[in-house]
Amino acid sequence: MSNELIIKNLHISVQGNEIIKGLDITVKPGEVHALMGPNGCGKSTLANGLMGHPSYEIDSGEVIFNDVDVLELEPNERAKLGLFLAFQYPTAIPGVSMANFLRSAVSAVRAKETNGSENIELIPMREFRVELREKMAQLGMDDSFARRYLNDGFSGGEKKRAEILQMAMLEPKIAILDETDSGLDIDAVRIVGESVSSLVGPELGVLIITHYPRLLDYIRPQYVHILMDGKIVESGGWELAQLLEAEGYDPIREKHGIAETTE
Amino acid sequence: MDRKGGELQKGDFSKDYLEHITRDEPQWMRDKRLEAYSLYESLPMPHTTDDDQWRRTVDMRTQDYWRRTRRHLRGFAVENYHPAVATNGSTSLEVDDGDGVIIQIDGKTQHTYLSPELEQKDIYFADMHTAIKERGDLIRDYFMTKAVTLETTLKSGNIATRNTFDALHGAFWQGGYVLHVPKGVRIEDPLRVYIQLSEDQHADLSHVLLIAEEDSQVVILEDNASANPDAGGLHCGAVEIFAGQNANVTYGQVQHWNRQVWNFASQQSVIAKDAQLCWVTATFGARLSKLNQSIVLEGTGSNAQLLGLAFTDARQHLDVSTAQEHLSPHTSSDLLYRNVLKDRSQTAWGGNIYVYPDANYTDAYQKNDNLLLSERAHADTLPGLEIEAHEVRCTHGATAGQIDAEQVFYLMSRGLPYDLAERLIVDGFFEPVIERIPMETVRKEMDEFISLKLA
Ligand SMILES: Nc1ncnc2c1ncn2[C@@H]1O[C@H](COP(=O)(O)OP(=O)(O)OP(=O)(O)O)[C@@H](O)[C@H]1O
Ligand SMILES: [Mg+2]
Repeated sequence: MSNELIIKNLHISVQGNEIIKGLDITVKPGEVHALMGPNGCGKSTLANGLMGHPSYEIDSGEVIFNDVDVLELEPNERAKLGLFLAFQYPTAIPGVSMANFLRSAVSAVRAKETNGSENIELIPMREFRVELREKMAQLGMDDSFARRYLNDGFSGGEKKRAEILQMAMLEPKIAILDETDSGLDIDAVRIVGESVSSLVGPELGVLIITHYPRLLDYIRPQYVHILMDGKIVESGGWELAQLLEAEGYDPIREKHGIAETTE
Repeated sequence: MDRKGGELQKGDFSKDYLEHITRDEPQWMRDKRLEAYSLYESLPMPHTTDDDQWRRTVDMRTQDYWRRTRRHLRGFAVENYHPAVATNGSTSLEVDDGDGVIIQIDGKTQHTYLSPELEQKDIYFADMHTAIKERGDLIRDYFMTKAVTLETTLKSGNIATRNTFDALHGAFWQGGYVLHVPKGVRIEDPLRVYIQLSEDQHADLSHVLLIAEEDSQVVILEDNASANPDAGGLHCGAVEIFAGQNANVTYGQVQHWNRQVWNFASQQSVIAKDAQLCWVTATFGARLSKLNQSIVLEGTGSNAQLLGLAFTDARQHLDVSTAQEHLSPHTSSDLLYRNVLKDRSQTAWGGNIYVYPDANYTDAYQKNDNLLLSERAHADTLPGLEIEAHEVRCTHGATAGQIDAEQVFYLMSRGLPYDLAERLIVDGFFEPVIERIPMETVRKEMDEFISLKLA
């Protein structure tokens, strides 16, 4: 049971519009799921809702992780529990260095007690630096990255790598990657793909949101889900992603009687 | 009301009192005081809405810029505050002498130190009263004659001069210090000054005079604090800074009076040819603070950097007027003021760049940014330019905004609790100012003061 992310009949709305209309997915540790769907179908809405973004209203449904009702928790408590979201559009925070931020974040997530806030004990600088350098090297990131301000002036590709670096440092149990491959050049897709797949193991479950099968060549999903009109309309294996690549969404739209534009 | 502290129990800011404090002073200083006193008497307190000086400021700017200040001032009366005549004078302040230090409490000097090495170089560092006795001619030359004056021809004059508080200061000033650095002499590590208020309802009217002669270097850091967290008080001070030709002056002032202190200050620096000034102003304290700050780039090639950071909370009100006066060609100035506001606190910043007709090739910049941590906090920001030369580069900008919910969410999604996320965002917001502060001690202290505000 534990470390399973169970989403049951989830409804999410944004500014009064229902976007996710009854969605079920279960991700177990060690599993890789791909979530695909046309632009504006609600993939990021699902991801943000799961992480607790205040603009995404959970209307009904359940999200259980580690036997805990996730929807009751603050975003930081979700992170501490082991949930991670690599954002499609990471936010820049000028003036806050990557290293400084990550040291606080890692210390907060690894801290023993769950209630502590200001009294979070920072992990020793030296220990942290060694770990950070090692993980940055794996992602082909220059040391100078650590001193740069968080996502501030980062190129699209740098932002995505920085997200994966954070994932590597925070060691989550369930990671949602929202279009981490878009904006990356071919080499970067390989580096990110290899890094993520090296992190995938019996301890980590992954939900990959993507439009392209390229990333999935490096991290082969066991399950592929198609989101349309706020619901999972098809679930299957790798062959579903291949079918999509060959024929696009139209056959699926037709099959389920969904109009062309969902936006 | 309990009026502690001395033989003069009544009518503290009175003519009698003036006679009393000036009894041992040279005639020139008595004259200066009396002149300021008659001006003080003729000027009303600015809390009346009909006050001409303050209203003109309001009209000039079309917006009712001082409205909130006036509302705050309604609870203010100078009579309630007393220049400290005889405090017990015990200090619990334990600080390192370093290369030099002055400690003053309620206007009385407790401790003065200057290292023998610096003394040997003819650096003069003393409290103002001693300086008048020992260096009368020097003080007479500079004291409220060239920078913070009661009359001025500067363009910012209509804001900064004939201020009731400047007149009050000119008449009743007490305490403060002088630092005089002779030609070619360099101070490497900051001298320190601690100015404190301790007894309830006492006033600090300290006068600061920094004179850096040609080719010299000055680094000095001043701390304004309340020794007693609950004691009400008044600060009515002046700072005058003179950077001589090719001198390099760094002056930092950290103001953290308690929230019962009224803070009025007029500060000006005059910068000679090719001289450089770095001026750091950090504001955390006071109930109301009204600061007039101006730099006068008098010499060709002079340069000034003005760095300000402020963190207000509760019902604090911080009101700052700055002026960058470019009188000569090839001068440059760069102002960056960043404020963080909590609770119901308010800040008002009005900054002007004046480029005089001769000041071609001026490069002037000013920016004021405000980060609001509460819906009830309020920031007014009014940058302004007045350019009379042709070849100039001037840029200015101002922003005010609530803490970004996306940033907070991003940080929280990485495991940081709200207060830590907020702290990181605040630190990040101050970073462009802090990273430019050339004194490491200041950068460290800022960290502590910010923590106190967020606690
Ligand atoms: N913060 C928001 N404010 C307003 N509307 C939003 C917000 N987030 C999402 N929406 C709307 O919700 C719908 C779903 O958007 P979402 O970002 O979830 O789509 P997506 O599937 O991730 O698309 P893409 O493939 O382009 O990333 C869209 O109509 C979008 O405009
Ligand atoms: Mg999306």
